[in-house]
Amino acid sequence: MAHIPDGLLTLPVLIGTGALAAGGVALGLRALDDRAIPRVALLAAVFFAASLVAVPVGPSSVHLMLSGLMGVMLGWGIFPAVLVALALQAALFGLGGLTTLGTNTLNIALPGALVGMVLGPMIRSATSPARAGALAALGAVLAVAGTAAGVALALFLSAPEFTPAVKVLGLTYLPLALVEAGVSGAIVTFLARVEPHALHPNLHSVEDQPA
Amino acid sequence: MTLWPKDLRARLLAGFTALLCIAPLPALVPALAALVLVLALYVLERRALPWRRLLHLEAFLLLVLITVPFALPGKTLLTLGPFTASLEGLLRALTLAAKVTASVLLLSALFAETVPEQLGRALRDLRVPEPLVRIFLGLVRYLALIRGEMARLQQAMRARSFRPGTNLHTWRAYGWLIGMMLLRALARADRVEEAMRLRHYAGRLPHGAAPLVGKADLIRAIALPGAFFLILIWGLI
Repeated sequence: MAHIPDGLLTLPVLIGTGALAAGGVALGLRALDDRAIPRVALLAAVFFAASLVAVPVGPSSVHLMLSGLMGVMLGWGIFPAVLVALALQAALFGLGGLTTLGTNTLNIALPGALVGMVLGPMIRSATSPARAGALAALGAVLAVAGTAAGVALALFLSAPEFTPAVKVLGLTYLPLALVEAGVSGAIVTFLARVEPHALHPNLHSVEDQPA
Repeated sequence: MTLWPKDLRARLLAGFTALLCIAPLPALVPALAALVLVLALYVLERRALPWRRLLHLEAFLLLVLITVPFALPGKTLLTLGPFTASLEGLLRALTLAAKVTASVLLLSALFAETVPEQLGRALRDLRVPEPLVRIFLGLVRYLALIRGEMARLQQAMRARSFRPGTNLHTWRAYGWLIGMMLLRALARADRVEEAMRLRHYAGRLPHGAAPLVGKADLIRAIALPGAFFLILIWGLI
């Protein structure tokens, strides 16, 4: 459950995470050239659509988050993309919440952005598509772990009595991490083989892209 | 009977403020009062309850109801082996359940008649940064198209007898599906960007001045969150 609903968190947590998320979004918008906006919007649409696919895990199923991959493909642009997608999910499906929009954006986008920053260059310069895929799988696990830690921290800071519930919630992230690793690895192996330029954030100008 | 403001800007601000007033409610009685008020809004506006959304929350609320009573110290209510549930914990869990339920119902009513395209306009009029509004509108514009494309590809996979399971084959198949979607989206983004530049797009979409909020809407926009604010004040003293 990466979407914390309204009504659970205390005001200081909501305000603090909201401010941090706003900072991330401002960073993302500053890095974003006007002409990269269709790119961010369309990638956000694909990640949104991909998150609706239920991937089976044993008797249950998980929904993909792909935040590690988003961080690699969008850089800091992941913040506006995640914010906008979460706002639409709240409006269309009632998923997550309005006051927790900042918290949820931070929990999903920050681990993704960090993975993109640290592992992105390694993925792009990997010697083989399989190696790039393996790094992306690692990044996916780290991003899921980061999101789980963020959700746990937000709940814990709001009320320490959430601790046992948070431990149970943490377990639900294990199958997600497994599936995310498998699918993200496959996506990056595919992209590295077919169109390696897709793995660059390219937020500045379309002309900068090598042909 | 319309109790929510009709103007989307006023509606968004009113709903957001009301949700902010529900979040810090400290005790069970004010939380229940907020829930009753939300339910009253549903009844007065003859709105159907969004059962599916409520059920969606059930698993998480159940977890809270089961664990929180055992995590707070206080007057013993029930002992299960080494664990003891406290009365204080039970009250706290019920408070949380009431607040979350009230919030979900409020959120659902807030966006009930909203078309996402209008939401972009409202966000722009609320001074949300222009690039963010355009990413939002771009997402809204292309989401249905991308979902349709994805559904076609998945149908093609099913036609080739693909059945998802917990295995490497499934993950690779989904990886290729999403990878293909990403490539097509990038190509489409380039085409969209070129088409917009051909039409002398200069970073802003043309739009008229924001209309004024009517008097009736203004009253609704103040009264609705005001009622929740009064509950908050009552709960805090």
